[in-house]
Amino acid sequence: MTSRLIGLTPSRRTVLGGLAASGAALALPARFASAQSAAPIKLGFQLHRTGIGAAYGRWYERTAQAALTLVNEAGGINGRPVEILFEDDGTDPKRGAEVMEKFASQSNCDAVFGALFSHVVVGTAPRAGELKMPYLVCSEGHHVASGKLNRWTLQPGITDVKSQVQAMAPWISSTLGKKVTMIFPDYAFGHDHRDAFVPAIQAAGGEVIEQIAIPPTETSFTRYLPRIPSDTEVIYHVMVGPAVLTFVKELGEFYGSGDRPQIFGFIDSLEAVNIASPGLEFLEGTHFWEGHCRYLQADAGEHEATYRAAVGVDDTGASVADAKDISTYAHMFSVWETLFILKAGMEAAGYQGPADRQKLVEAIEAMTDMPYSIEHPQGAKTFNGKTHQVFGLQYISKVEGGKLVKVHTTSPEDGMYPDEADYTAMSF
Amino acid sequence: MDFGPFLLLALMEGLVTAAVLALTAVGLALVFGVMRVVNVAHGEFFMLGAVAAWFVTTWIPGPPAVGFIAALVLCPLLVASVAALADTLVLKRLNYDPDATIVATIGLLYILQQAALSLYGPDARPVEAPFTLRVQFPWFGYSGYKLAVIVAAALLLAGVWLLLARTKIGLVMRATQIDRETARAFGINVDRVYAGVFALGAGLAAVAAVLIVPIQQAHYLMGHDPLLLSFIVVIIGGLGSLRGTLVAALLIGLSDGVISVFFSPTLAKILATLFVALVLVFRPQGLMGRRAA
Repeated sequence: MTSRLIGLTPSRRTVLGGLAASGAALALPARFASAQSAAPIKLGFQLHRTGIGAAYGRWYERTAQAALTLVNEAGGINGRPVEILFEDDGTDPKRGAEVMEKFASQSNCDAVFGALFSHVVVGTAPRAGELKMPYLVCSEGHHVASGKLNRWTLQPGITDVKSQVQAMAPWISSTLGKKVTMIFPDYAFGHDHRDAFVPAIQAAGGEVIEQIAIPPTETSFTRYLPRIPSDTEVIYHVMVGPAVLTFVKELGEFYGSGDRPQIFGFIDSLEAVNIASPGLEFLEGTHFWEGHCRYLQADAGEHEATYRAAVGVDDTGASVADAKDISTYAHMFSVWETLFILKAGMEAAGYQGPADRQKLVEAIEAMTDMPYSIEHPQGAKTFNGKTHQVFGLQYISKVEGGKLVKVHTTSPEDGMYPDEADYTAMSF
Repeated sequence: MDFGPFLLLALMEGLVTAAVLALTAVGLALVFGVMRVVNVAHGEFFMLGAVAAWFVTTWIPGPPAVGFIAALVLCPLLVASVAALADTLVLKRLNYDPDATIVATIGLLYILQQAALSLYGPDARPVEAPFTLRVQFPWFGYSGYKLAVIVAAALLLAGVWLLLARTKIGLVMRATQIDRETARAFGINVDRVYAGVFALGAGLAAVAAVLIVPIQQAHYLMGHDPLLLSFIVVIIGGLGSLRGTLVAALLIGLSDGVISVFFSPTLAKILATLFVALVLVFRPQGLMGRRAA
C-alpha cells in the first residue's frame, strides 16, 4: 500500500514534462488570437422559428441567408467571412434572453440581430445590455426610441410604430374619414399603435371613438366586433399571430353585404396570408399600410428586382418555389438592411473582435443618411444616433382586383418626431 | 348596435363555443368517468384532429366539401387510434395509477405537440369551410358555417348519448365505470374497454377540432385553450357526469359568449375561473356529480 503510494509520487521529470505540456496548452489561445483576423465574424440571429411569430421567422431566416450570401460574395466584412448562427427563441421573451446568453457565452458572437416581436425584444434587451452585446432589433416597437432600453440596443433597419402611425394619420383623416375605431393586439406592440395614433389623428383633425384591444392569443373575434360604434367612419386594424386570417375573415362576415365603414389596416393583419384567400373578397377597395410593397409596383426602384430575386420572392409576394408560401414582405427587408448596417458599422469601426463591440455601437450611432441602394432596398432612410432609431418612407396600398396597389408614399418628414431619449449620454 | 341584435349575436357566438366545448369536454369526462384518468393530453388530441384535417383536406382533390367530409370521418379515427395506442403502450403499463397517469399524459402532451411541430411545422394553416354561406341579418352578417357547427355538434352529442344509454358498448362502459372488478368477473375485457374509452374520448376532441378548424386554422399550439376550458367544464359539471358536463358546457359557452360581447372576453375567463373556485369550495362533487362514498 505504502510502496504504491510512493510509486505514484510524481518524479521531477514528470513534473517538468507536465509543466511543458501545460505551457504549450496555454500558448494555444495566443496562436488563435493572432489568427483571429482570418476567422469568420459570427453574428447571432434571434429567430422566431416557432411560436406565434413563426411565419415571420421562416422569411426572416431566408432574407438573412440571402443578404449573407451577398455580403460574403463581396468579400465579407473587413476581409473576413461572415457566419450567421440561427437560434430559435420560440417567440418567447424568456427564451429570447436565454438565446442571447448562449450567443454571448457559448458562441462568442460579435453581434446579435433579427428579433421582431416586441415582447421578445423587451425581454431580451436588458440581458444584451448586461452582456455588452450589440443587439440590433427589427421590431418596429417604439421601445427603442422611447428610451426604455439601453445603449446596446439599436433599431437601424426599420421605422418604429410611432413614426409609421404618425405618417398615416393625416392621410386617413383626409382621405377615409375622421371618426376612427381602433382594433389592436393588447400588448406592447398594439399599445404603441394606440398611444401613437390617438394623438396623431387628433392633430390631423380626427378622433378615435373606440379602442378595441384584443388579447394576442385570442382565436375568435366576432364577439369583439359589436363594440364598433355605428357612427364609425374608419376601422383601423392591426393584428398579429397565427389567428390573423380568422380575424380578417370574421370582420368580413360581420359586415357581410351590409354597409360598412372604410377599412384601413396594417398589413401585419395579413402578413404571410394570401390576399386572395376565400372569405377575404370584402377587402377589395380597402387600404393597407405596407413597410415594403408586397406586389411588384409599376414604379418600383432599380434595386427592387435584384432584391426580390435574392430573397426568392415573385412579383405577387409569394415564394418563387411555392406560390402558396406568401412572404412577410412588408417587414423582412429590415433583416436585410440590418445586416448591411452591421457590415458598414464594423468596417467604419475597424472591428477586430468582441473587444471592439463598443466601437461598433459607436460607429452605428454615428450613422446618418442611408440612401436608397441595394443595401437599403425599401427606400432611403435617416438614422438618429441619439434615439437609436431609423426614419424613412411608408407606403399605403389599396386592394384592387385582389392585388395591393400602392396609392400613397409618405415623405420622410411625415414620420419624424422630437427625440425622446439620448442613448449616447448613457454609459456602456 | 341595439340591445336585441347584440344579444342575438352574443347567444350565437356562445352557442358555437358551447357546442365545440361540449364535444371536447364530454371526451374528457368520459375518460375520467370510466378510467379515472385525468388526461392532460386531451387538448393535444384536439390539436391533432385539426392538424390531421389540414392534411386530409390538402391531399383530397375536388371541392372543399368532399375533403372536409373525408376529414370529418378520417381524422377522429386516426386520432382515436393514436389514443388507443397510447393507452396500450403507456397508461395500461402504469395500471391506471391516478398520479402516474397525470405525469404520463403530461409527457404525452409534449410528445404530441413537438411531433406536430416537427411534422406539420409552426404555421397556422387554414382549412376551407365545406360551404360558404353568409346569413345576412338586418344588423350584421353571420357565418352560416358556424350555425352548421352548432347543429353538427348537437347531433354528435345525441349520438354519444345513444351509444352510452342504448347500446351494449355503452352498457359495458357503464359497468366498467361502476365497478371494474365485478365487470371483469362478468367476463368483460376491461383492458379493451379502457382502450376503447380513451380512443372515444380522443376521437370526440378530434371531431370537435375538425368542426372548428375552418373557423380557426390549425396550429400546433391550439390545444391549450380547449384543455383549460374542458377542465373548467368538467369540474363544474361534476367529474365523470356526462349530463353535468353538457349543462356546464352550455353554461360556460353561453356566459362566455354573452359576457365577452357585452363586457370583455377577459372578464368572461375571470368569471369562469371564479365559478370553478366557488364550485370546488361549496360543491366539490360538481353541479351534477355524486359525492364520493
